[in-house]
Amino acid sequence: MSYLTDNQNNDYLLMGNEAIARGALEGGVNVASGYPGTPSSEIIETLSSVAKERNLYVEWSINEKVALEVAASASFAGLRTMCVMKQNGVNVASDFLLHLASSGTRGGMVLVACDDPGALSSVNEGESRPFARLVEIPLLEPGDFQEAKDITKWAFDLSEEIRNIVMIRSVTRMSHASGNVRYEQLPDTNAKADFRFDGPLSDPETGPVVSMIVGASELQHGPQQEKIKKAAEIFEDCPFNTYEGPEKPELLIITSSACTLYSREAISLLNVKDRVGILKLATTWPLPPRLIKKYLSVTDRILVVEEVLPILEENIKILAAEMAHEIGPKTFYGKNAGNIPSVGELNPDIVVSALSTILDVRDEGVSESFAKEAAALIKTGAPVRGLTMCPGCPHRASLWSIHNALEMDGRKGFVCGDIGCYVAGLWPGGFNTVKTLHSMGSGSGIAGGFGKLRQFGMDQPVLSICGDSTFFHAAMPALANAIHHKSPFTMIILDNRGAAMTGFQPHPGTPVNAMGEDVPSLDIAEICRAMGATVEIRNPFDIEETQQTLHHLIEHQEGTKVLILDQACALSPERKDNPKYRMKVDEEICIGGNCGCNRLCTRIFGCPGLLWDEEKGVSKINDIMCTGCGVCADICPAGAIKREEVAEYVG
Amino acid sequence: MSDNLLKDPYNIIITGVGGQGNVMASKLLGNMLVGRGYYVTIGETFGASQRGGSVMSHMRISKKSIWSPQIPEYKADLIIAIEPVEGIRVLARYGNPAVKLLCNSHPVYPSSVIRGETGYPSPEKIESSVRDLAPDTTFMNATEKAVSLGNSILAGIVLLGTACGTGVLPLDGKDFYEAIVNRMESQQVELNMKAFDVGFRLLKN
Repeated sequence: MSYLTDNQNNDYLLMGNEAIARGALEGGVNVASGYPGTPSSEIIETLSSVAKERNLYVEWSINEKVALEVAASASFAGLRTMCVMKQNGVNVASDFLLHLASSGTRGGMVLVACDDPGALSSVNEGESRPFARLVEIPLLEPGDFQEAKDITKWAFDLSEEIRNIVMIRSVTRMSHASGNVRYEQLPDTNAKADFRFDGPLSDPETGPVVSMIVGASELQHGPQQEKIKKAAEIFEDCPFNTYEGPEKPELLIITSSACTLYSREAISLLNVKDRVGILKLATTWPLPPRLIKKYLSVTDRILVVEEVLPILEENIKILAAEMAHEIGPKTFYGKNAGNIPSVGELNPDIVVSALSTILDVRDEGVSESFAKEAAALIKTGAPVRGLTMCPGCPHRASLWSIHNALEMDGRKGFVCGDIGCYVAGLWPGGFNTVKTLHSMGSGSGIAGGFGKLRQFGMDQPVLSICGDSTFFHAAMPALANAIHHKSPFTMIILDNRGAAMTGFQPHPGTPVNAMGEDVPSLDIAEICRAMGATVEIRNPFDIEETQQTLHHLIEHQEGTKVLILDQACALSPERKDNPKYRMKVDEEICIGGNCGCNRLCTRIFGCPGLLWDEEKGVSKINDIMCTGCGVCADICPAGAIKREEVAEYVG
Repeated sequence: MSDNLLKDPYNIIITGVGGQGNVMASKLLGNMLVGRGYYVTIGETFGASQRGGSVMSHMRISKKSIWSPQIPEYKADLIIAIEPVEGIRVLARYGNPAVKLLCNSHPVYPSSVIRGETGYPSPEKIESSVRDLAPDTTFMNATEKAVSLGNSILAGIVLLGTACGTGVLPLDGKDFYEAIVNRMESQQVELNMKAFDVGFRLLKN
């Protein structure tokens, strides 16, 4: 039995994502779906690990929109269901989300969105919170790990009570942080699915489930708004909205999510417990007006602590304006007043700094001389660790070949990038080959557009790169569009056999699903051929053949072409601790750049499996880091790097 | 060894480079402490951007409650560095004159160093500058010990053992065994126990 399914009331150290998964189990979830994305991935991973034991159906879907549709079907059939994604995924799912919020749900349905303030593992710090208001559904934000479990469990009941989907928003510092969680009992696992559709169209329990009926907004939009009013009423007494502090504080902090913990810490550091109160809100949309009124009445100075956009702040200000005749004028501190930044994630120090200014207090901290010396040491003693790919990463070899082929061509060709570890193609570690980077699948859509600009005299070769999971997620329509419109560009699919960046989740091209069952794998090459593309497949570790192929594809700029560079991720189970070659530098041959190579292997190729031996003036292999892919042997123009086959290698 | 913390909350940062087993080490330490009845909060900085990048786990240990998953600046009590330059980075932002630093001396070179754009400080320079800021610093080659046990990834476990051996944490090999026995294959349990014991005996009080 997994610690996740212990049925005793024990204390466990759970990651926020595990706590959400445990809450779903305690809430009797039957179906869970999602698309991998940091910081959300561990929720579905956790649920899939106990799927058999708890009689769940768990799926890594092709993308977030399909994931939400899969999860919704279970709700329509009366089951409890959950859908999980990172914030960008909500953008993808939002078209269906709007319609689902309109049709309503039956079995309890919860959408978990994990935002990434500070873009720690994302290419933006976009917000999912505004979607709740936009599509008119309730939004819940847990303030610690115990609440991450408890609120998830409660969200299923809430969803069934208002008959609509409920959104939970987590953030990186909640999802990827851990804390104590006390378990409650798990329910039975004998749910039965039954989709009822024989009743009248207007009956939410027995009729067909449809979004807005054309031209009859009052039939559905009206009742939908009644649901959100009912949620606000329930939120007035929600046990997860709490107040701590003096009865009449000088300053009231209103906050939610991980910012609750930062605010508490700041109050403790500044020792202002007797002066500042915290209203921690778990129900951030719709806000419960009577509760807000009660706490806005305890003081005239309010600081709203939240990450990125001032969403909570503005919603509170609307209520404060409406109540002004009863509660009097208030002074608001927060983002609009410049106390809390609206860029990046928060931490206790930022809240300390805001409180220090507002209350005119100071934290003792360390001496000025220590702080000065420490700052100086960072500058001189700690070289920056720039982003790069892992040792033995197939993307390094692929980007190397792409870079060289474009250089040889000489017409200022470029690569439209996409979402995956190969975003490193933007930086020196990826040879600065990537020149556009946006959302999932966008590289190929943009490249298809560039291909049509020959009409305006643009003759630069156009390439796009995307990973295997990204191909299925959103690049397939872009490829179909380009082929249909005869756009001449080359789509390079870096197939490393799984959603590697987020931890090797399966996708439609892999032979197993989230629950470890054998499933048919869709052949990317055959799909592209069926669409009408010419398709080549190469092993990126074969540098020479890959470069020749690329050279040929770039030179003849006719039609939409696909090159699949097929090699497993260096961290994949099949390659981890399974080196093909033992690498060695022949110190007799390596003359350390004096041959004219200018230290190509360490200075330009830059695989962390290589080292520069300053004393001897030669390159050497870092045996601890090297994964034995053998590529550097082909990089060295002098032939000083040698491959020796490893007898134990499993191919 | 008593069950009382030297401070409440007691703040630990485990730091290193992505792939060095940072997250695993913090998770194990956290489980050992929850097993002893403490509140533990861990904040991790990892993800795609951390492949080969700087990684930190912030850990708060308390008898009373959960704390922020990010430790405020200059408030660390113990820093466990699996990589020396990462130790410097964390020391400078989160250290203070009373901090205890356990530092692996085995470097992992940043890509800028491999490319020759910047230098990596010499062991002597690292040691002297670190001791200036944090007199209570111990350097050891945990990677060498880990490699001699069969896998460099065990360096974090060696350091964890050392931290427990110094007596600043109310933990010993028995707690470590309980934390890993149900989470690892049996041969892994044996190997990890060895690594912990090697570390534990290093600075045993």
